[in-house]
Amino acid sequence: MKTSLSALSLVLAIALAAAAASRFVWLLPLLAVALPYGTLAIFLAGLSWRVVCWSRSPVPFRIPTVCGQQKSLAWIKSARLESPHSTPGVVARMALEILLFRSLFRNTRSRLEDGPRLIQREAKWLWLGALAFHWSLLIILLRHLRFFVEPVPKVAVLLENLDGFFRIGAPVLLVTDVVVLAALLYLLQRRFRDPQVRFISLFTDYFALLLLLGIAATGVWMRYFARVDAVAVKQFVLSLTIFAPALPKNPGPLFFAHFALAGTLAAYLPFSKLMHMGGVFLSPTRNLANNNRRKRHINPWNYPVKVHTYEEWEAEFRDKLEAAGLPVERP
Amino acid sequence: MRDRAIIWSGLAMFLLFATFPFWHNLSAAVTSKGPNPVLPANARQCVAPVEYMKTSHMTLLLDWREQVVRQGRREFTAFNGQRYNMSLTSTCLEQCHSSGKAQFCDRCHDYAAASVPCWDCHVDFKSTLRSAK
Ligand code: HEC
Ligand code: HEC
Repeated sequence: MKTSLSALSLVLAIALAAAAASRFVWLLPLLAVALPYGTLAIFLAGLSWRVVCWSRSPVPFRIPTVCGQQKSLAWIKSARLESPHSTPGVVARMALEILLFRSLFRNTRSRLEDGPRLIQREAKWLWLGALAFHWSLLIILLRHLRFFVEPVPKVAVLLENLDGFFRIGAPVLLVTDVVVLAALLYLLQRRFRDPQVRFISLFTDYFALLLLLGIAATGVWMRYFARVDAVAVKQFVLSLTIFAPALPKNPGPLFFAHFALAGTLAAYLPFSKLMHMGGVFLSPTRNLANNNRRKRHINPWNYPVKVHTYEEWEAEFRDKLEAAGLPVERP
Repeated sequence: MRDRAIIWSGLAMFLLFATFPFWHNLSAAVTSKGPNPVLPANARQCVAPVEYMKTSHMTLLLDWREQVVRQGRREFTAFNGQRYNMSLTSTCLEQCHSSGKAQFCDRCHDYAAASVPCWDCHVDFKSTLRSAK
């Protein structure tokens, strides 16, 4: 309870501070110029630094976790996806993992029933919630290109049209806006409801969820209810991208709350569990082919080891071996 | 160990994509001037204050539609007492924005990537006449 409340108050504090600061003209340069450039720099540098660090850690041995038959003899059928032995198999397995969260799909829940009997059940809701959230977030991010690029890229227009397929109201209701809020609320209540999950939930778990929820909520509020002037927002954002920042003419506190929360997310991401965004590509239990026995993998930091072979041993004790009448390899 | 080249090129691709707005806009010499819609020559005041129209013209239009189609009322009394016929084509376009939607509505909507389906049914004489020629 305490951790979730402190995460909530931190998110609210950031949003309220930004909203309040936007009221003071002398604070605007900080909020509208220093904040976006600073947080973006931290995001790019931090993310690169983490990935470069990971890329430097040695991978001496293949450690894939598999659940299928390894490739061995020609007449034994091997599982190409579950236990890939070649690069195409690994790529397919990674793609399914990254795009569809295949390992989460196999999530189970254990329960002790009378008997006592341990029962494993399938638990798909987490997978569904996670998939709904991540895909919505991706679409929302791509849709935001309409504010960042002029002329607006075709993908952004296409996604906007698909997203507004149902043509409900104006500004048209975007399906991902509903889905992302619903998925985030599900993921949050899951941490509260389940005692085991609540027990292992840390500040960062709540903070990440509440931060994303705050961003989504301010965005939805801004689009459908407060209705911020999208043209003015785009002019401001474009001015940032061409390094000629022009402060927005009519800064809405809500816009700056959204802006500051998004900046916080960007700056926080490289140093948090959210870095799984890059880390998923580098998971050694997924991205390595299961060919430990088919290929020789030499430990890259092997140093020359002094060895004493049998031949050398035999030569050393030849006279004693012959005297004792023992058989020798090389007579 | 041997995958460093792959990892680093993946990272480079991500960085390139994440900074796409910067290098695209800089190389395309984009400015933050805005869409610059053509304002009507013969009218000074819209049916509502400009600040309101800028952010909420879509709700106003839907409100008009609701009034006309569901309630059968066609007259709109503006904030300053002016009376208007609630009609997308004959009031918004014909009466004031006679330069046509392409010079006015579309400029903003292309800029903000708002897809406005109204013209599937409502007529904009300016563009209809031009394409009929
Ligand atoms: C499927 C076709 C269709 C689409 C799309 C459509 N309308 Fe209409 N609209 C109509 C019809 C039919 C009427 C009734 C006309 C009448 O009774 O005079 C109407 C009436 C209206 C009216 C009041 C009467 C008038 O002359 O304008 C308004 C305002 C209006 N629509 C706004 C909109 C807006 C804004 C959009 C886009 C979000 C839109 N409409 C999209 C078919 C459509
Ligand atoms: C000053 C710029 C500007 C002008 C001029 C303008 N619009 Fe818009 N309009 C916008 C913006 C920006 C949005 C999208 C808001 C958003 O996406 O949050 C929008 C959205 C809309 C929508 C809702 C679209 C949707 O489904 O999301 C309708 C309907 C609309 N405009 C009608 C019109 C009509 C009709 C005209 C011309 C008579 C017009 N607008 C002129 C800026 C403008």
